[in-house]
Amino acid sequence: MECLRLEHIGQIYHAHNGEETAIRDVSFTVEKGELLSIVGPSGCGKSTLLSIVAGLLPPTSGQVFLGGEPLRGYSPRIGYMLQKDNLLEWLTIYQNTLLGLRIRHTLTPRTRMRAETLLRTYGLWPFRDRFPSQLSGGMRQRAALIRTLAVSPDVLLLDEAFSALDYQTRLEVTDDVYAILKQEGVTTLMVTHDIPESISMGDRVLVLSGRPAVVREILPIVFEGGARTPLFCREHPAFTGYFQHIWKELSAHGETG
Amino acid sequence: MAKQDNVSVQQRQYLRREKRYARRVLLCQLGLLIAFLILWEVAGRLGWIDPFIFSGPSRIWQTTRALWNEGLLRHVAVTVGETLAGFLLGALVGTGLAVLLWFSPFLSRVGEPYLVVLNSLPKIALGPVIIVIAGAGTRAIVLMALAISLIVTVLEMLGGFHRTDAELIRMARSFGAGRAQIFRYIVFPYNVPTLFGSLKINIGLSLVGVIAGEFLVSRAGLGYLIVYGGQVFRLDLVMTGVTILTVVAALMYESVALLQKWVMRRYGH
Ligand SMILES: Nc1ncnc2c1ncn2[C@@H]1O[C@H](COP(=O)(O)OP(=O)(O)OP(=O)(O)O)[C@@H](O)[C@H]1O
Ligand SMILES: [Mg+2]
Repeated sequence: MECLRLEHIGQIYHAHNGEETAIRDVSFTVEKGELLSIVGPSGCGKSTLLSIVAGLLPPTSGQVFLGGEPLRGYSPRIGYMLQKDNLLEWLTIYQNTLLGLRIRHTLTPRTRMRAETLLRTYGLWPFRDRFPSQLSGGMRQRAALIRTLAVSPDVLLLDEAFSALDYQTRLEVTDDVYAILKQEGVTTLMVTHDIPESISMGDRVLVLSGRPAVVREILPIVFEGGARTPLFCREHPAFTGYFQHIWKELSAHGETG
Repeated sequence: MAKQDNVSVQQRQYLRREKRYARRVLLCQLGLLIAFLILWEVAGRLGWIDPFIFSGPSRIWQTTRALWNEGLLRHVAVTVGETLAGFLLGALVGTGLAVLLWFSPFLSRVGEPYLVVLNSLPKIALGPVIIVIAGAGTRAIVLMALAISLIVTVLEMLGGFHRTDAELIRMARSFGAGRAQIFRYIVFPYNVPTLFGSLKINIGLSLVGVIAGEFLVSRAGLGYLIVYGGQVFRLDLVMTGVTILTVVAALMYESVALLQKWVMRRYGH
């Protein structure tokens, strides 16, 4: 079932020193429960694209549809996790994870319970009364994810949400996150710089061209045999093939500008 | 939040080192003060400086005791009261104006040149006008203190609001926060340190305003004592007034610092 559809999205930034086309024409569809990875050269407009879907930025042209309905600005069904964890240093981890619910006026005993359950599943419960500065990068990232998941979004937007983590933590966190997202059936758009991550997490990988962005290719990722987890995918024989394919696609475009 | 149970030996050593360091700093600070007082006294007695002009600790002490019987506390209370009034008004009105300007970027742009010019204007020059408007009394003095601290507060606070981490605001917006919520959840708590910074600056500024006001119009207060001492050529009185003023300023500053510590601890800054 279709969950999210982008039709001919274009974005032009205006500034005093001229205008700049960040996205030319991007269209694609995401199925419900699917995880779509988005890769593209640096500065091609990936963050811009997510901001548009999140309703933070009205697109210059085109239209986003959520569940078949045209999306106008902000929708409470969409959760957006930015690259930085953006935890508020003056609140405890517990209070931080409730922030989204507070802002949306949906903090009830039930939603509070859900946040607490998430804190437990992510191993942050013992640290709930600490302040963000007392946590490691991986823990902070998880706290930020809980804050986003606590509002129960149908669609989750991740903008290089794991890039601040060291390699080891990153593998663990992505494994955790993948399990949670699949279990909760959250439809996810995940922007990443990391090709292996895009393959191991994504049901499909969308490759964007350099700026101004257009869709180069949408590559379905299929790994046969065994339960699909990011770690399993990374060790699968088919992995290298996908990697080389995407790598070529990205660098082929780099040459033509 | 440090856990109180299972404090390790190293942790205790660390705390002890920190405490010792703090004690050393305090000791040096006190030492400097005492050395200065002794030097002042000795310089006067040995005739290096003219004690009639520069006074000295013992003379100030005697003057203070003499003044005590003539109602010194009343003078201190008047000045502190006026300063507090000007200071609180300045902080409240200034922060209020800054909030208003933050809510309307257009207004903020329109007002910018005026704020900058008003900020560099010597407000004391407005003294006569203020006296005509508010009458030669306490009200004029408080207004003077307000005039001096207001614009600085607006600029300080507005600057702080604008320097708020844009990514935090984006995060709040991603949850659908409107401008009022962004202010409440992000911009204001983010600027609690700015607020205290400007409060600390304002104590000094309000005192300047109050003393200037008392020079012009009052019949009581430390500023009045100082002016009176100058007029009757009792410079001991002037130096005593200035000394007490210093102590008052230090105490007020310390109270704000304590309040800041308390608030910051509550907010985990
Ligand atoms: N607010 C803005 N005003 C003007 N130009 C902008 C703005 N935000 C982004 N751009 C421009 O739009 C282009 C796309 O930016 P965007 O941040 O979306 O890229 P990105 O793909 O996320 O890059 P990265 O991989 O480095 O995160 C860039 O060239 C950038 O300079
Ligand atoms: Mg980006």
